Order: sequence, then structure tokens, then C-alpha cells
Amino acid sequence: MTPLLAMFAAETLVHMSGVDLAIIAIYFFLVLGIGFYLKKFAETGEDFFLAGREMTAWVAGLAFVSANLGSLELLGWAGNAYQYGILAAHWYWVGAIPAMVFLGLVMMPFYYICRTHSVPGYLKLRYGSEASALSAVTFAFMTILMSGVNMYAMAVVMEVVLGWNLHFSLIVSSVTVGIYVAAGGLFSAIFNEVLQFFLIWFGALLIPILGLIETGGWSGMVERIHQNFPGHDFTHLWSPMSSPANNPMGVHWIAIVFGLGMVQSMGYWTTDFLVVQRVLSAKDIRSAKMAPIIGSFFKMAVPLIVILPGLLGRAVLPFHLVPGNEAVAGQFKYDDVLPLMLARYCGPGLLGLGITALVAGFMAGMAGNVSAFATVWTYDLYRPYIKKDASDAHYVSMGRWCTIIGLIVSIGTAYLVTRNKSMMDYVQALFGFFIAPLFGTVLLGMLWKRITRMGGFLGLLAGVLSSVVIFTLMKTDESWVPVFTFSPLAQPLAQAMWQALWACTICVVVSVLVSLVTKPRADEELRGLVYSLTDVAHELHTNWWHRPLIWGTIAMVIFGILQIIFW
Amino acid sequence: MSEKHNIIPVWFFVGCLLLVYGVMIFITGLVNWSSPPAGVELTQYHAPVWWGAVLTVLGIVYCTMFRPRKNT
Repeated sequence: MTPLLAMFAAETLVHMSGVDLAIIAIYFFLVLGIGFYLKKFAETGEDFFLAGREMTAWVAGLAFVSANLGSLELLGWAGNAYQYGILAAHWYWVGAIPAMVFLGLVMMPFYYICRTHSVPGYLKLRYGSEASALSAVTFAFMTILMSGVNMYAMAVVMEVVLGWNLHFSLIVSSVTVGIYVAAGGLFSAIFNEVLQFFLIWFGALLIPILGLIETGGWSGMVERIHQNFPGHDFTHLWSPMSSPANNPMGVHWIAIVFGLGMVQSMGYWTTDFLVVQRVLSAKDIRSAKMAPIIGSFFKMAVPLIVILPGLLGRAVLPFHLVPGNEAVAGQFKYDDVLPLMLARYCGPGLLGLGITALVAGFMAGMAGNVSAFATVWTYDLYRPYIKKDASDAHYVSMGRWCTIIGLIVSIGTAYLVTRNKSMMDYVQALFGFFIAPLFGTVLLGMLWKRITRMGGFLGLLAGVLSSVVIFTLMKTDESWVPVFTFSPLAQPLAQAMWQALWACTICVVVSVLVSLVTKPRADEELRGLVYSLTDVAHELHTNWWHRPLIWGTIAMVIFGILQIIFW
Repeated sequence: MSEKHNIIPVWFFVGCLLLVYGVMIFITGLVNWSSPPAGVELTQYHAPVWWGAVLTVLGIVYCTMFRPRKNT
């Protein structure tokens, strides 16, 4: 056995053959080759940071949805589906589809018309430097921390699933991502996200197909789950949510509809620059509006390869999985369900494809973080506050260096997390502090011209601070949980939803109150930034199948039908 | 996709990847036809063979439809 193969032969969840390793190696060569090929096209700032603004709606749409389809998402949500049942699908349906359609139809025109490079860039145009700087600094800081956390999580998964050395995974993946993003900028990131999209679908789709064959279809699977776990309802979406006591998540439908559907998901999908940046690369305003709507159709289908494998795990696995913090030697965790199902149905070749999909997902996640970080640092912090009048080439060079430095900081963060694992939860929570209030600030700014510079800034600050306070109170003293969530049974996911709802509400209230006592900006300064002062093309003269409104409506109808089917 | 820069469409790279992977998985499935891997369920359906064939066909379609033209 060669030393390389010996390294992979440790006691692991899955065992790979030579053909599986060859499949992974081919993927690495291809992404590096694409990075070098695209380098010559990423010469200007618009090329490097916004992929030349020439992506079609399909490419931008797939990149948009892929940026959120990383491996942590796949493993984590398959684990959540095993733990909570089909309730986890709420994060793919009510927690995504309305927000994606809203982004396409309502918010994208403003982002696109004002030609901003980023979400903090929009805030600067709409509110001025205070809100923009707060948003840019927190986003840059959190993105790089999140990149490190993702990197660490990937290395751990590779160690547990494949037996790969932790340092080997960290170094190989970050060097690869560093090379292809520094070379091709957002071009590279988007190309690899589209590749990752196909890999994930073709790598994971066999699990539900073969799983349903084994169980005899959906009804056979439900029957087996009832046999294995009598007295539990894992297959209904809304009916167990009339009371937190009726479902394993401890959540009421109000928190799902308002906390998740109207705040958390709206905040994430419409103001998290990591995903919005993909849509900003679209070649024209119609493509920019269509991209999130195209993405919404694929997002609706993702539960097929994420939630269904988790449910099938309940039906077919001969042992029970346990929470991560309770697993002892020889026991598998909830988050292991997807690799376990992959190993159950996929032999040599197919296993390599599935593992490549996971590796691709991790690397695309890292690439997304560092490319967004490079853009926000260069355009929203470096250019306005450090070096104002440099050449375009200088900013591109800064973007390339940022990519490398961002990855080095991410590696440092990853090693910090290896020493203090609880940091991982806190970094993920920190990211959540900013998204919900940011949505309130951006939306108010787009829809109401009366919101003032200080109203926007102080509202955002109040929202962020209240989010931190609510999170800290609930984590340090459980008696605060029913105060903010109206139920002592609320689990962490439910607590996060209520926290987002409170933070956004406080942001909006403070923004409105401060705006009413401060002087608004002149209408002329707000043209192209606010709904009532912007002439948005409505495509009334295009064919119906080219109209974003038609496709957005179709997406919402299918979304509604899915809710009824799985009620 | 790339009007300004004339970049090879991403779909061509997707096609190449699917084609190479499809052929590899298809051949692996044929090699293992009579001696399926231990520990894997439902091997009687020979999933690598037909899944590999699906990937190969899709790969050929994408590579053909989006192959680089002379002006790229």
C-alpha cells in the first residue's frame, strides 16, 4: 500500500478505493485549471469583484443558490432532518422561497440600478458612511471568522468521514481556494459554484432514489419510521406546530412564519452580501431579477437531497443516531447521517462522486467567503478610508492580496477553534446578530424616503446591540428563554428565530422614531435608491415567459402546494 | 454568458466533468458487476452502471452544445 493510500486507511466512516481518489484528484486539477484560465479575464475591478457584470440569469441564479449549498449546510440540515423530521424543510421553503422571490422582484432593482459593488455600498449611498462602515466592518470581520470556522468544520468532517489528517485538509483546501480565487476573482468563485451545484446534485441524488426503492416509496418510509420510533411525528410540516409541546423543535408556527419567514430568511437572502454578490454579477437588470427566482426553484428541490436522506436514515439505519455532544465511541451523531447513507448505497466510483461533492461544497463555501471579504474590504473600507484615489489596477491587486491574507487569517481562526471548540457556536451566533437588523435598515431605506441618515445608523446599531443582549441573556440564564420566546420549551433554533424577530423590530422602531425627529435628505439625492423616487422597468412589453413577476408567482404557487402536500 | 470577454461557457466545464466522471463510474460499475462491494445495499440494481451512463450522456450533451467556438 502506498503512503498516500495508507493515510486514508484509518478507522473511518467510509473507505475509498483508487477510483474514488482519482475522482477527487480530477476535481482539484479542474478547479485549479479553471482558475488559471480565468485569470486573464479578471483584470479590472468590475471583472475581479463582480465577474464583469456579464453573467446570465441562469449562471448568477445557480451561483446564488450554490453559495448557500455548502457541505456544512448539507451535513447539518440532513442531521437536523434526522433529529427534527420534516420540520427542517421549513429552512428550505418558508425560510427561503418568499425571501428569494422578494429579493428578485422588489430589492434587486435598487441594488442593480445604483450600481453598487456591495450591500455596505448601498448603505453608503442611501444613509452615508456611519451605517455603511458599521455594516462593512462587521461583515468583513464575521466573514473571515466564518471562513475559518467552515475550514475547521471541513477538516473535522474529512478526518471523521475519510480519515484525512486535519492539517492536510486545511492546507490543501485553502491553498487550492487561494490560488483559484486570487487568480480569477468572482469569475472563479462563480464557475466553481456552478460546478459544485452539479456535483452536489449528481453526488447526492442517488441516496433518495435508492432509499425510496428500499423502503417502498414515501408511504413505506413513513410506515418504517413509525415502527422504529412509535409515537413521534417526523413527517408533517405544519400540523404539529400549533403548540411548542407538539414538536421536537419546541417551536410555535408564529416563530416560523414571522421569525424565520419574515425576518431571518429575508435578512439572510436579501442583505447577506455573500449571496447578493452573486446576483450583482448579472449582465442586466432583468437577469438580476430573474437570478434569485431561478434559484428559488432549485432551492425548493434541495430537501430531496438533504431532508429526505435524513428521514430515510430514521427508516433504514439499523441503529439510532445521537446528538453530537452525547456521542461516545462507537456511536454516530445526527450530522453523520448523510455520509452514512452515502456509504450505505454508494460503492466505488459513486462514493468518490459523493465525497467530491462534499469537498467541492466546502471549498466553494470558503471561496464565497473570501471573495465577498475581498470586495467589502477593498471597496467599502480600503478605498473610502485608507487610499481614496488609487488606480483600478491597484484595487484589483489589493483584492488579490486580500484573498490570500483572508485565507491566512481563516487558517488562524480554524486553529483557534481547534483549541476552543465552543468558539464555533459563538462565531455562528455572532453572524446572526447583524443579519436581522440589517434587513430592517436596508428595507426601510428602499421603501421609505423619510428614513434619515441617523435613523438608519442608530436603528441598525440598536438592532445589533439588542440582538447581542437577547442572545447573552438566553444563553447565560434559561429563565429568560420564555420571556423572549413565550415558551420554556424553545430549542436553540427557535430561540434564534425569536432573537431575529426582536432585533429587527427594535431596529425598525428606533429607525422610525429617530427619523421622525431628524432632517430627511432631499429627494434629488435619493433617486435610484428609494422605491417612490425610482423608475424601475416593469418589462410590460416582453413576452410573459421572460417576465420575473410571472416566474416569481409560479415559484410562490409551487411553494404553497408543497406546504399543503406535507401539511 | 460572456459577451464582453468571450470566456468558454461554464456549461462546457460542467459537461467535461460529467463526461469524465460518467465514464469512470460506468466502467467501475461494469468491473464490479459480478462481485459487488461488501457493505453496500441494493447492489442488484447496479446503480454505478446506469448512473454512470446518465452522467456520460449529459456530459456529451453539454460538451457538444457549449463547446468553444472558433472565436473563443
